[in-house]
Amino acid sequence: MHLAYPAVLSALLFATGLYGVLARRNAILVLMSVELMLNAVNLNLVAFDVWLDGIARDTLHSGQALTLFTIAVAAAEIGIGLAIVLAVYRNRGTSDIDRLRDTAESGDDPDDAGPGTAAAAAEKAEATA
Amino acid sequence: MTTTTLAVLVPLLPFLGALAGLLLGRAAPGFVRPLAVLPPLASLVLAVLVAVRQGGGRAVDAATELTPTGSVPIELALHIDGFAALVAVLVALVASCVQIYSTGYLREDPRYPSYAALVSLFTSAMLLVVYTGDLMVLLVGWEAMGICSYFLVGHYWETPEARAASLKAFLVTKLGDVPFLIGLLALAADAGSFRITTVVAGAANGGLDHPTLIALLLLAGVAGKSAQFPLHTWLPDAMAGPTPVSALIHAATMVAAGVYFVARLLPVFAASAAALVVLAAMAAVTMAGSALAALAQDDIKRVLAYSTIGQLGYMTGALAVGDRGAAVFHLLSHGAFKALLFLAAGVIIHAAGTNSLAAMSRMRNLRDRVPDAYWTMTVALLALAAIPPFSGFFSKEAVLGAAEHTATGHTEGVPGAAGWIVLVAGLVTALLTAAYATRLWLLAFRGRGADAPDHGRQPVAMNAVLWVLTVPSIVFGLGYGLLPGWFDGRSLTPTFATSVLGTGAALVGGIVTYGAWRHTTALAARVPLGAVAAHPEGDAGKVEAEAIASHAPAYGGVASADDPADPGRLLLGPLHRHAAAGFRLDALYAVLFVRPVLAAADVVRFLDREVVDTYVRAAGAVPRLLGTAVRRAQTGNVQTYVSVLLAGTVVLAVAALLAATGA
Repeated sequence: MHLAYPAVLSALLFATGLYGVLARRNAILVLMSVELMLNAVNLNLVAFDVWLDGIARDTLHSGQALTLFTIAVAAAEIGIGLAIVLAVYRNRGTSDIDRLRDTAESGDDPDDAGPGTAAAAAEKAEATA
Repeated sequence: MTTTTLAVLVPLLPFLGALAGLLLGRAAPGFVRPLAVLPPLASLVLAVLVAVRQGGGRAVDAATELTPTGSVPIELALHIDGFAALVAVLVALVASCVQIYSTGYLREDPRYPSYAALVSLFTSAMLLVVYTGDLMVLLVGWEAMGICSYFLVGHYWETPEARAASLKAFLVTKLGDVPFLIGLLALAADAGSFRITTVVAGAANGGLDHPTLIALLLLAGVAGKSAQFPLHTWLPDAMAGPTPVSALIHAATMVAAGVYFVARLLPVFAASAAALVVLAAMAAVTMAGSALAALAQDDIKRVLAYSTIGQLGYMTGALAVGDRGAAVFHLLSHGAFKALLFLAAGVIIHAAGTNSLAAMSRMRNLRDRVPDAYWTMTVALLALAAIPPFSGFFSKEAVLGAAEHTATGHTEGVPGAAGWIVLVAGLVTALLTAAYATRLWLLAFRGRGADAPDHGRQPVAMNAVLWVLTVPSIVFGLGYGLLPGWFDGRSLTPTFATSVLGTGAALVGGIVTYGAWRHTTALAARVPLGAVAAHPEGDAGKVEAEAIASHAPAYGGVASADDPADPGRLLLGPLHRHAAAGFRLDALYAVLFVRPVLAAADVVRFLDREVVDTYVRAAGAVPRLLGTAVRRAQTGNVQTYVSVLLAGTVVLAVAALLAATGA
């Protein structure tokens, strides 16, 4: 089988996953899209490993071994990811990514001393000096 | 014990007393008074023993080198000749008297422990200056006195006058001390040693390369410490300190250090005729100017301060004509009667509740309230005015005699001009001195008006000390026959011509002032004046602090009072206004030095606040602005972040590709 088929398939899979990660709102669908991207990479790894085997006689098959690792790590990742999504859903009643914006810059940062307070502090320093 | 051991103990005991006083002052208040009084008394006994053993014979020299210090060695050296032995006795005597007096004067002062410790430390520093045979060790004592003086003048630091005076005293004396230090180093470089004996021997053999430069540099330090023109302005202001401090530091010892220093190193100064003439001119201006200023002062202590400056002028005058025997003779007799004058003035200020002569001249029977101070002060004023047979007469005649000797060309190596300058200024000052002494006595003790406030009896400690100091004020002058054996051997006997001239001038001054007083005293009743701080239960220090603080608001200035009944006003005429302000020297210094320094400080402040700080502020503001801009991208939407990450990755990948293909 020519290398182009699995490569194109994996590119399509990766693009689909990327679209899902960037555009979907539901956190579970985003996680599924991440899985798609990972599996696209896995497919690439296996395909290129086989292709290299035909050229350079790589007896270790490190590409396929790495794929096994990736699958294991992806399983762990999806487990934790789903647990987080579940916890968020229980807390908030939603798993919509667009609404989970707690890390946004709110604008009323206590550290942000405006020019008015800075002038007042300078005056105080002058008075004590 | 050997003489050397005794001599080492003399400065050491007050030093240990000061240390113990500072450490134990709060923990054991019962020990403060014994620790203050006993070490100076012990020093006095030891100093007398040292003087008796030395006996004016060969100088006692001892030296030990603690550690090698490079090119010119610095040694812990003693050099006790007749001068050192006698001056040490005077210092220890006055210090003991002042410590005893202070136990009464500052009876209830909360800061008495630190005060007493500082006075002890000061005494030890002065004794170190007197006994040491090494110029660097002398400098240690010299500077220690400066800092003690700063603390003690500022003892009443609640009053703004005392704060300003202590700073002024410190800065002005330091202004002289910087050239002094340079002069000492130059002297050591020329002579190859810091030992006084070596330096003096080298100077006598003409071994100095730059005698005039060195002498003038050293003179700057001497003028600062001994309050000579033009660095004398700190001394009258230093009267804002407690009276015992004025007596100890600003009359009998610290200001004498400068004179004593020149006396010790006289061959160095004598090596340069120019330096001697400068010294003579300095002495003449100091003498005459300070006597005129003393005639116009209203604060009794400021009168005495200016008179101290004038008497120190006599001493530098004697040094300028090359007679250190006369200078130290006057130093000794002046130390005794000036300490007495100040201590008696402290009693009077306490009894009168004011330091203003104008207010005292409107008080009846002040002298009956303080009979001890009245009699002792009369003796001391007679000594100050150089009326025979009091001690001041003999010592002043010794100075005038030496000046006359030089003026007629009988002193080798000293220009006759110096002699004439000192002689003429000395005679004029003798007249003025008698005038202001008479004025002070008449205004303080011959007042008319309401009764003086009753402060009860003065403490015995204060009165007893006055009588102790009266003894040398009366009899010390008669020692003119014995003293030459202790000094250089030159005769100190009064000569007929100068005695007649000097005493005549003094009598004229006294009589003219008396006449002026008779003329003006009738006015006193018409112009009511005076502010009295009466604390019958308080100690003298409290009364004095309040009197000093209230003088300016009550009379319009620290120095003068607008009193038409003042004989000094009649005598000085239009000069009075300027004399009261010390001939506006302070205003001149303000224009010449203070304002440029303040202006420079303003420039520096502007540069710091407006220029340097702008950079600092910008360094903070720019990151803040950048942060604000970057913060806008932080929307909280994770997908946006990932999109940007993707875009960045694509850009980097394209760039890497382009770079790899070499496009």
